[in-house]
Amino acid sequence: MAMHEDDPGAMLAEQVGRLLAERADAASLRAVERGEWPAAIWDALEALGLPLTLVPEAMGGAGLGWRAAGPVFVALGHHGAPAPMGETVVAAALLSAAGIAPPAGPIAIARDGADCVPWGRHARHLALCEGDTVALVDAAALQWCHGTNIAREPRDRITGTGAPLAEGYLPARFGVEAGLLGVALLRACLMAGALAAVLDLAVDYANTRKQFGRPIGRFQAIQQQLAAFAGEAAAAQVAAANACRAADRHGLGGAAFEIGCAKIVAGEAAGAGAAIAHQVFAAIGFTEEHVLHHLTRRLWSWREEAGTERFWAARVGREVQALGGAALWPFLTARDDQDPMP
Amino acid sequence: MAGLRFDLRDSPPGSAALRREVRAFLAEQGRNWTPEVRGRSWMGFDRDFTRAVGARGWIGMTWPKRYGGHERSAMERYVVLEEMLAAGAPVGAHWIGDRQSGPLLLRFGTEAQRMRVLPAIARGEAAFCIGLSEPDSGSDLASLRTRAERVPGGWRLNGRKIWTSFAHLCDWMIALVRTSPAEKDGPRHAGLSQFLVDLRLSGISIRPIRELTGEEGFNEVTFDDVLLPEDALIGREGEGWAQATSELAFERSGPDRILSSYPLLAATAEVAPDPVPIGRMVARLVTLRAMSLSVAGMLQDGQSPAREAALVKDLGNSFEQSVPERVRDLLDVHNGPEELRRLHAYVTQVAPTFSLRGGTREILRGIIARELGLR
Repeated sequence: MAMHEDDPGAMLAEQVGRLLAERADAASLRAVERGEWPAAIWDALEALGLPLTLVPEAMGGAGLGWRAAGPVFVALGHHGAPAPMGETVVAAALLSAAGIAPPAGPIAIARDGADCVPWGRHARHLALCEGDTVALVDAAALQWCHGTNIAREPRDRITGTGAPLAEGYLPARFGVEAGLLGVALLRACLMAGALAAVLDLAVDYANTRKQFGRPIGRFQAIQQQLAAFAGEAAAAQVAAANACRAADRHGLGGAAFEIGCAKIVAGEAAGAGAAIAHQVFAAIGFTEEHVLHHLTRRLWSWREEAGTERFWAARVGREVQALGGAALWPFLTARDDQDPMP
Repeated sequence: MAGLRFDLRDSPPGSAALRREVRAFLAEQGRNWTPEVRGRSWMGFDRDFTRAVGARGWIGMTWPKRYGGHERSAMERYVVLEEMLAAGAPVGAHWIGDRQSGPLLLRFGTEAQRMRVLPAIARGEAAFCIGLSEPDSGSDLASLRTRAERVPGGWRLNGRKIWTSFAHLCDWMIALVRTSPAEKDGPRHAGLSQFLVDLRLSGISIRPIRELTGEEGFNEVTFDDVLLPEDALIGREGEGWAQATSELAFERSGPDRILSSYPLLAATAEVAPDPVPIGRMVARLVTLRAMSLSVAGMLQDGQSPAREAALVKDLGNSFEQSVPERVRDLLDVHNGPEELRRLHAYVTQVAPTFSLRGGTREILRGIIARELGLR
């Protein structure tokens, strides 16, 4: 592995990847799915200082941007996001931007329009996002109704409210739906990571499983499918990175277009990639004991959360349709040209 | 994910101003382009337009000035190319020379060869075609049989090339041919060499082949005892395969593998009743542009991202091909505006070529599979 002195995101992501490779496995995901709190994994990740990734230095944080956080999210996704660290990183970013010092421990994100809170029952605090405001709430003061997504990750409902510990306004750069945008960007990155992991699993399996006297990966039919998967996985990763760059350049609110595009492309890739992986693994991949479904059920869940492909495509589509056909190209190129618009 | 990496690249400084220049030029030039011209895009051949592009300094942009180039960056060139394609400009008369023949000669050609053709390409006066496919050699290029034999004073060329786009309108071909037989147990692609062929030489006959659109675009080119001068050989004898494949990353990752259907997408966005398919297509396009720019950046840095380029081309071609099908799902095209109707009719007919030209989908996926560690 190369050194990354000039790239704190890659360095951090490498640490996260190494740590999770040692401590997280299918058993950790199974425990989460049984409703257990992954204390050891959380403690190890928190000890790396991850929650402070996006917190400004003036507030004691690492002062990094989304472009640095992106690879960390991808690394978490690669291992099935066995703890709510991504959510906590985003929550801490929003709280600190609103002038609230993020407390220690897991922080869940609740936002208007969302009917459930990822990891809510395990959170110590809650960042409650409404429009351009963020409130910090003691999670223990709330009533929770437990629920899960199809990955059996905790997706809980708040049934009673508690008085906030602090409230603040987000700067204009964050827009009026920062909770949605932050979680959508997180999900896109997590999906990119999980897709890379599923692709690796499928390639390994194709190289070892023998039928008709040779590894099935020697058959062109399998090769063509896995190559198509690789294209989708790469697209998801680039789309997510592109959205992170846009969030640094234009603020979370100003990057809604790229975040939407990333959520669409990652969601499409999740559907296509999971289908190909299951086809390659055949029956064994459909069993409870195999690791594959822990990742594919997360892919199917994450594409549903913080806006489906359809939700974001309607927004992106409406935005470009409002411009008209002739203005579409200038709009697309101006999004990543560094010079100011004419 | 294996060794494939796509680091994001920024557009070069000054892009916005360069784009404005190109757009103003295209608005002027393109006033009378029909929907069919825009739909044909880089498969449209227009010498006058190409000369005008050359006069603006937008051909051979990255080449040294002594060869008629303009010493601008690969990323600036990328900006100009994608502007041309987005407008559906008929760039076919200089596309091949600018994209691969010129760069090949810069890399492997002699000084005399460079001086003979590069300034003419850059002025928009020398058009090139690609002499690869033969009647019995398509994807299996190493099986090609056209041969050049040494004779006093040069080479004697015999054989046939086919599917050669615009050979009937071009001045030059760079042909990959056999100069010595493949050894029985040796590599099949040994013994191939590249030649710079002046298409006016005697013994060359060019027969246009009518395409399914009813137009003449590609050709069969027959070489019957054609005498090539000594200095027609490009690079080293027997190194033709390595030379030809070294260009593939340039050929496969560009905006021409993403934007072939763009004019149709833009025309549809205008009138589509449902934003969802438009949003999905735009999201793909945004991502593909970032991937293609990433490969352009690697090329600019002197890397050889052949596998990344194969992946971008495969993904890009699938996107380009999906556009006319998605458009049908969005609206009844036959009841739509005339411009859209004609664009759609044309793109529907040429879309099958997107995943054939420059390496078929199956060949590209084979390359990606090898990179993944399969086979």
